[in-house]
Parts: sequence; structure tokens; C-alpha cells
Amino acid sequence: MVIAEAEIWKLLEQVPDPEIPVISILDLGILRNVQWVNDTNEKQLKITITPTYSGCPAMDAIALQIRLILAEAGYKNVQIEYQLSPAWTTDWMSEKGKQKLKAYGIAPPLAQHQNDTLFSEGPQVPCPKCNANDTELISAFGATSCKALYRCKACNEPFDYFKCHR
Amino acid sequence: MSTTDSTTLKAAHFNYILHLADTALILSQRICQWCGHGPVLEQDIALSNVGLDLLGLTRNLYQYASTLDDKGRKEDDLAYLRNERQFKNLLLVEQENHHFGYTVLRQFLFDSYQILLLDTLKNSTDKILAAIAQKSLIETQYHFKWSAEWVIRLGDGTEESHQKMQQALDDIWTYTGELFLAAPYEQTLIEAGMLSPLENLKTQWHQKVATVLQRATLNMPDSDKVFMQQGGKNGIHTEHLGYILAEMQYLQRQYPGLEW
Repeated sequence: MVIAEAEIWKLLEQVPDPEIPVISILDLGILRNVQWVNDTNEKQLKITITPTYSGCPAMDAIALQIRLILAEAGYKNVQIEYQLSPAWTTDWMSEKGKQKLKAYGIAPPLAQHQNDTLFSEGPQVPCPKCNANDTELISAFGATSCKALYRCKACNEPFDYFKCHR
Repeated sequence: MSTTDSTTLKAAHFNYILHLADTALILSQRICQWCGHGPVLEQDIALSNVGLDLLGLTRNLYQYASTLDDKGRKEDDLAYLRNERQFKNLLLVEQENHHFGYTVLRQFLFDSYQILLLDTLKNSTDKILAAIAQKSLIETQYHFKWSAEWVIRLGDGTEESHQKMQQALDDIWTYTGELFLAAPYEQTLIEAGMLSPLENLKTQWHQKVATVLQRATLNMPDSDKVFMQQGGKNGIHTEHLGYILAEMQYLQRQYPGLEW
């Protein structure tokens, strides 16, 4: 049985990011392509994914989840390809994904890239909890490669910021 | 091109990818030794984050090298089953961590070099290497901001921090000459037009480093007057590499083929 690729995309929307389970690999822009290809005698499903950061330890877990979900739906002949170019960027994150991040307490990436000038301040990130703009960067590096640590000066809550990466 | 030439070129290409991978791996191992020992939690996390990015770069490069290897070695074989003499990492990255200032200084010197190098490699005719470089470049720029700011903060800090940073700079400088001395495999690639000559990199690196050191009120040693150590790219290492490998490779040596 060969179903439309669009249906496969829908199926794979169930695959969460292992570190931030509220968003899917579709929301993050990790899933790049779904394609039926001709194997020796049967159709093979080729899934192309791209890592967020070079060292993202979630990739293996994501590949395994993809295989599991497809196997449950009856697709066993699956090939997973890792694609490095073009390099992943937070511009590929869906609007829906950004809203889910915010609801989860992580400030979604802003369009503004980090200013490379030394000692320049980080971007003005609104607090995901109280929406105040009066926040400050605590650390450029956070609990995972994709996040920086901020503090809201209005509600005093620390929060993660999903860094703009491009 | 004759058959011999193409064999030499293929070997040079493989060795160059290994050199890039080994450098990233050893520096990653080194800075991750700080995990749990950083001066404050945020900087501890920063070091491990940088280490993780480097490990990702390492894996991408070893996986690529594996496809070029005549002996068909896999990623893990390349990392865990080679000896000191087979590692081609820069001497700079295997040096001990010493204090936090020494570590960030080493990182800054490396990041400055790596940004310039990756910036040329991202335009390489080798499309796979170009893709790996482009991805790592974005990350390395982020590391550079962190390491350069720390060098300035500590160099232009207290009397004691300034003195420690100047001492570290004078100590470490002897390992920076090798960055711009082409190993035979690099020379082969340069002659084949697959790699830019290292002289350009050298000039740019000195400028990039000098700008930050000046802000840090540190005196940049004169590269023409300092005795420069070399050998790392060709497998001749300082005593420190053996200890790193002994720790890193223990499990695979003791339990060959063990998987996570």
C-alpha cells in the first residue's frame, strides 16, 4: 500500500522533539522531505531530516521515533537520510511551533540575530510568562545548544530563550 | 592525472578530514573536563555547550572520513582505535586546561582560527566538507563571541587576572605556529587547488587576534621571535595527548565493539 506523501507528513507530526516534547519535528523544521523511491522490488520510503545543531544528541532518538511510528502504520521499508545542507535555521520553525514553545514557557526565536559585536547585548526577548519586555540575558548558553538563559525583571522569573540561528 | 597522483590525492584528502576531526574531538574532550568544575554554573554550561558543538562537528567529519577510508573503518573505529601517532590534531588543543583563563584563551585562539578556516572551507569544491563547514561556522561565531569577551574581561580585569592571562598567552603562543605550517597532506591539497594556501589564513588570524588582545591590554608575542612547536598535524604530540586517549578510549579497548 502506497499512500500519498502528504499523509506521511501528517503521521510524522506525532514525532516530538525529545528535549522539548511540546513541539514536533515538523514545527521545528527538522523534517525536510518525504519521498517514495523505488527499491529493488518494492517502494521504499525515504525520509530526510536535518540536525538543528551539529552536536544535537536528539537526532538518533528522532530517527528511532520516525521508524517506530511508520512501522506502526505498516511501513517497514524506510530509509532515513541526514541532510546538512542547507543548514538548519530557526526561520524554518512554524508559527504554530513558536506559539507552542511560548505556552510551554520558552521564548520563541525572534527574527533578530545575535549581534556579533563583542559585549553587545542579546536581543530584547519578551518574557514568555508575563510578556514584559524588561528582560536580561543571564547566559548565552543554556540547558541545550539551542537555548540561552534569560531573566524577566518584571516578574523575576528566569526563562529559556530559543536562540535565533541562521 | 596518473593513478599514483589520484591515490596520493585521495590519501591526502582522507588525512585532512581526519586532521579536522581529530582537532575538534580532542578540544571537545579537553573542555568537557570542565563539566562540573566551572567557576560558575553558567560558564560551566557554556564550556560543555561549546564542547558539544565540537563533538557534533567531529561526528560529521568522522562519518565522512569513514566513507573515504580504504580500510572501511567506521566513525567509532576512527575515534577509539587509533593511537597517538595516528592522531593529527593541533598541539594547541591537547594542552592542559590549567586555569579558566588559560582555557578561554586557548579557545579564543582556536575559535579565531576556526572561523577563518571554516569560512574558506564552506566554499570548498568538496560539497560534503562545504556543508559540514557551513553548519559549524554559524556555531563557531557564537563560541568566538563568548571566548573573545572572556579574554578581554580577564586581560583587562584585575592586576592578578591580567598577569595570569599574559603568562598564559606567553606560554601558549609556541603552539600557534603549527596552525599555519602545511602538513604534507595539506600541501598536496593546496597544490591540487583543493585548499587555500595557509599564508592568507595566517595574516588574517594575526589581525583578528591582535584586535582582541589589544582591547584585553595584553601584549601579543612576536610570532617571528618565538620558537614554534610543531608536529601535531603529523602525529608527533606533546605528552598530554596520550592521557586524553587513554581515558577516552578505555571502554572500547577493554570491551571491543561495545555499543551504547
